[in-house]
Amino acid sequence: MGTSVFYFVATLSVFFALMVVFAKNPIHSVLYLILTFFTFTVHYILLNAQFLAVVNFIVYMGAIMVLFLFVLMLLNLNKQNEPNKSTLLRVIGVIAGGCLAVTLIGSLKSVAIADPLVLKNPSLGLVENLGKELFGPFMLPFELSSLLLLSAMVGAVLLTKKEEKTNG
Amino acid sequence: MEIDFVIEKFILVTAIFAISLVIAMYSTYAERKVAAFLQDRLGPDRAGPFGILQPLADGVKMFMKEEIIPANANKWLFMIGPGLAMLCACIGTAVIPWGQDMMVGDRLVKLQVTDINVGLLYIFGVISLGVYGVMIGGWASNNKYSLLSSIRAASQNISYEIGMGLSIIALLLVTNSLSLREIVAQQHGWQWNVLYQPVGFIVFMVCAFAETNRAPFDLPECEAELNGGYTIEYSSMKLGFYLFAEYINMFVSSTIMAALYFGGYNYPGMDYMATLLGPTWAPLFGTLIFFLKIFAFIFFFMWVRWTIPRFRYDQLMNLGWKGLIPLAIANIIITGIVIAIVNKF
Repeated sequence: MGTSVFYFVATLSVFFALMVVFAKNPIHSVLYLILTFFTFTVHYILLNAQFLAVVNFIVYMGAIMVLFLFVLMLLNLNKQNEPNKSTLLRVIGVIAGGCLAVTLIGSLKSVAIADPLVLKNPSLGLVENLGKELFGPFMLPFELSSLLLLSAMVGAVLLTKKEEKTNG
Repeated sequence: MEIDFVIEKFILVTAIFAISLVIAMYSTYAERKVAAFLQDRLGPDRAGPFGILQPLADGVKMFMKEEIIPANANKWLFMIGPGLAMLCACIGTAVIPWGQDMMVGDRLVKLQVTDINVGLLYIFGVISLGVYGVMIGGWASNNKYSLLSSIRAASQNISYEIGMGLSIIALLLVTNSLSLREIVAQQHGWQWNVLYQPVGFIVFMVCAFAETNRAPFDLPECEAELNGGYTIEYSSMKLGFYLFAEYINMFVSSTIMAALYFGGYNYPGMDYMATLLGPTWAPLFGTLIFFLKIFAFIFFFMWVRWTIPRFRYDQLMNLGWKGLIPLAIANIIITGIVIAIVNKF
């Protein structure tokens, strides 16, 4: 039961992810990306990580993708003002993508599949256990990453602020 | 997974779905009556006694109207838009605990569809998803007004979601749980969360007004500037779905506010009533009280709509980012300090 559901959802994930790349219209791409994230949410639920599933749902589907859609709608991209991509760029893109794919496959092959972390502690993804892990052994990295996000936020606000006076 | 379990849940889901639809239907009627009352008019009074059949007449009218899909619209997305709005509005009620456990015969029935341990976050996620209906429909209409309205809806939703999330964090510090069932059960009798979190409640309520696109924050459908915004190209029942989804959203947010801050099915003297009415009827009485609270909130939504004029867009953004978010953060800090002091002594 669980395995067949996994394969079904995984197929959907891959299909929607491919559609993100192949869709001609950027808005359609974003919509497919939303569906891809939705399938990720299902994956998290299948792994018994309810908290991660809901957070993925809120943050990626509910917030970040809305912003993506917002920006694309604001730009209103269409066929006419799409820049012409030269053949050289395409070749370079294919080579770069191929290199990434080879690296990923290589690293995945070396990972031992016989050591699934989830099965050792199946209730790790529930909010209580996750919180205890994050604020216990992983306190420092957690706080550091929040500092990183904060500094990125301050930087973004600073960049968008217009310089009011430039008299030196 | 016994069959009677499935039947029980099926009945519950159907009942909740029907109740939300009926309440949303009669909210349209109530809104006109409230508006009429506030403006010293009579309101709808032709269809049936006191115009009580007006929502049915409106529904039939919506179904009978000609269906128009603009030639340059994106056909599929144009159709998905209203459906998505309706879907997101309807699935929010799944985690609401409608009452205490009820005895039917010798069977204990939970008046809640599902109790997931992140129920509060689930509702938050569904609310944040609601904007896609507006955005997709508005963009697919291929109309400048619709597009502007979509963009407005997106930025408004994102901005007020932050304030809402922050006000929920302060609430979580008090309740120590993400499960709606536990949050409501904790507010037994008079211990409603609004007494501990008054500031958080105000922030949450203002954000709920903005998230449901209700006046004074109904900028995406502002008639004066955008001719109705994202609904401009819609006709027939698709338009009906958008308008209807707004009322369901209003019902859902009223439910959430009543459950989170005003005790849900709890009321003073409930222990006495429990002994008086027995384990079958006392929970139902609690549910009735819950619905009275919800109706009070729905009335409040309407009262505000016909009292306060619409905000300007910059005012909306200033209120969200410079008013509510700092207020909510201050609320979190103060709540945290108070809880730390209380736990110490």
